Amino acid sequence: MTFSPELEARFEKFLAKYPADRKRSALIPMLIYGQDEVGSVTEELIAEVAKRVGVKPLEVREVAGFYSMLHVGKPMGKHHVQVCTNISCMLVGGAELYDQACHKLGLGHKQVSADGFISLEEVECMGACSWAPAVQIGYDFYHNITPAQLDKLLDGLKAGKNPDQITEVPKVNC
Amino acid sequence: MPYNQPHPLEVRVLTRRFGLPNSQSIDTYLANEGYQALEKATAMSQDEIINEVKASGLRGRGGAGFPTGMKWGFVPRSSPKPKYIVVNADESEPGTCKDRLLIEYDPHQLIEGIMIAGLAVGAQQGYIYIRGEFRYLIGVMDKAIEEAYARGILGDNVLGKGIKFHLATHSGAGAYECGEESALLESFEGKRGNPRIRPPFPAVAGAYQCPTVLNNVETFCAVPTIILRGAKYFADLGSPKNGGTRLFCLSGHVNNPGVYELPMGFNLLRLINEVGGGVRGGKKLKAVIPGGSSCPVLKADECDLAMDFDTVAAAKSMLGSGGVVVMDADTDIVKAALRIMKFYAHESCGWCIPCREGTTWLKKLLQRMDDGTGQRSDIVLIGDLSKNMLGRTFCPLGDAAAMPTIAFVEKFRDEFEAKVAA
Repeated sequence: MTFSPELEARFEKFLAKYPADRKRSALIPMLIYGQDEVGSVTEELIAEVAKRVGVKPLEVREVAGFYSMLHVGKPMGKHHVQVCTNISCMLVGGAELYDQACHKLGLGHKQVSADGFISLEEVECMGACSWAPAVQIGYDFYHNITPAQLDKLLDGLKAGKNPDQITEVPKVNC
Repeated sequence: MPYNQPHPLEVRVLTRRFGLPNSQSIDTYLANEGYQALEKATAMSQDEIINEVKASGLRGRGGAGFPTGMKWGFVPRSSPKPKYIVVNADESEPGTCKDRLLIEYDPHQLIEGIMIAGLAVGAQQGYIYIRGEFRYLIGVMDKAIEEAYARGILGDNVLGKGIKFHLATHSGAGAYECGEESALLESFEGKRGNPRIRPPFPAVAGAYQCPTVLNNVETFCAVPTIILRGAKYFADLGSPKNGGTRLFCLSGHVNNPGVYELPMGFNLLRLINEVGGGVRGGKKLKAVIPGGSSCPVLKADECDLAMDFDTVAAAKSMLGSGGVVVMDADTDIVKAALRIMKFYAHESCGWCIPCREGTTWLKKLLQRMDDGTGQRSDIVLIGDLSKNMLGRTFCPLGDAAAMPTIAFVEKFRDEFEAKVAA
């Protein structure tokens, strides 16, 4: 399996981080960064990671199934919208935001739009409790989101824009 | 840029560099006491460092509140095996969002704390386990690590003193359970995040079964100040046996939610009313979760208390990870209990049956309650089931799910009864 030169370089760095006989430590970082490029944790990616860290593909599959961010065999959309509804977000309207997103996108939990551009997930606490309600699109955080802002984000995505092009609602991470 | 406006009542020690221009850069750090504690620690013996941390009264900021110096003291320094420092940056306890800021605004403070821990136990390698959702923080941390290598702070010749210390980040991939120290180590080794049976504790058999110091981000971040300004300075900031300040994450129905650094032992009502600007919309306070969703809820009339580990424990709750979740008079307690249980049912790793089955059935029972189809006997069953989970699992997740549920039912039974099917 071939990866981009950037990902190859990253994998090389990952494998160098751990003691020589402990390459398996790179398994989860390789899967998540691999997924970012491949789209999901495919059988091919599993086999490749297994080969590089020196375990059986079955062992990689067993690990991958444990982690909520790893989507085994099922790609999420290009832009994965994650709405937190856990306690701090729930108290300030997180659950309503999630319902709003479901209706607006016509998608449910972990569903992907027909064109593969947008997907939706109701997620557990993302560590933005003091800036609730919070939404993540891919790895980008959006804090103190109002229903009107969520509409703008979702309308933008539905119009085929990338989140960075939706300047009315800025992401907060640097 | 999520950091909120500082409040005048704050005592900014760990956050003192927040807000400085380029606070994450090594130049800003070096110009503001940066790496002076490390320099000082290189001239101290291992026992001196550990004793200083012990005397400071620093207790683990991840939730358990275990004395940090004592934890470091458990590491068998004479062991021929390599020793490791592992940082828990898997911040995922609902209500908690502080470690994120410590990394984003002052990553070098964390590096310095890790390196001092390395000196204290004779470790030459550290890893920072960062939750997968915090991808941008991995970038911040990697950049800071690179800077520290370039300046000869990390590497084979730390500060030119012939000491070795290497540091790297490690990404998680979404699992609350991996915030538990033994599950974190399993995950770090490339396995499912199931907990290990303890003892042996990580101090003896941690990463790769080698002696390991494993602490929360905030705990390590407190260490440079302790070494530089002395244990007494740090201890005096807090309350007896609870040294220092801590970052309180205020969320829920308050006017000014945010992360505030306050002395240990700061009064909870003052935190809500003075620092947090009071309950939103002028409503009355109903309840507060004092330290993240695992901690038993306090009723409004129980909130006049000092926020340190011992006082909150005496009130039958926990200071936990500093996540203070405020609920106003209109909060539906059954809904809150249900949402929290949905979380634990989702996050239970499935290793121990009382947790796996207990959280699932509690979720079903609470859902039934919330739907208005529950029976009066279900209220008793929720309490019984929770109590039967306590202490019967490898890791504290089972307890973390059961304890708040017991408190919700005991303290707000009327709200559960009001939802019983007619």
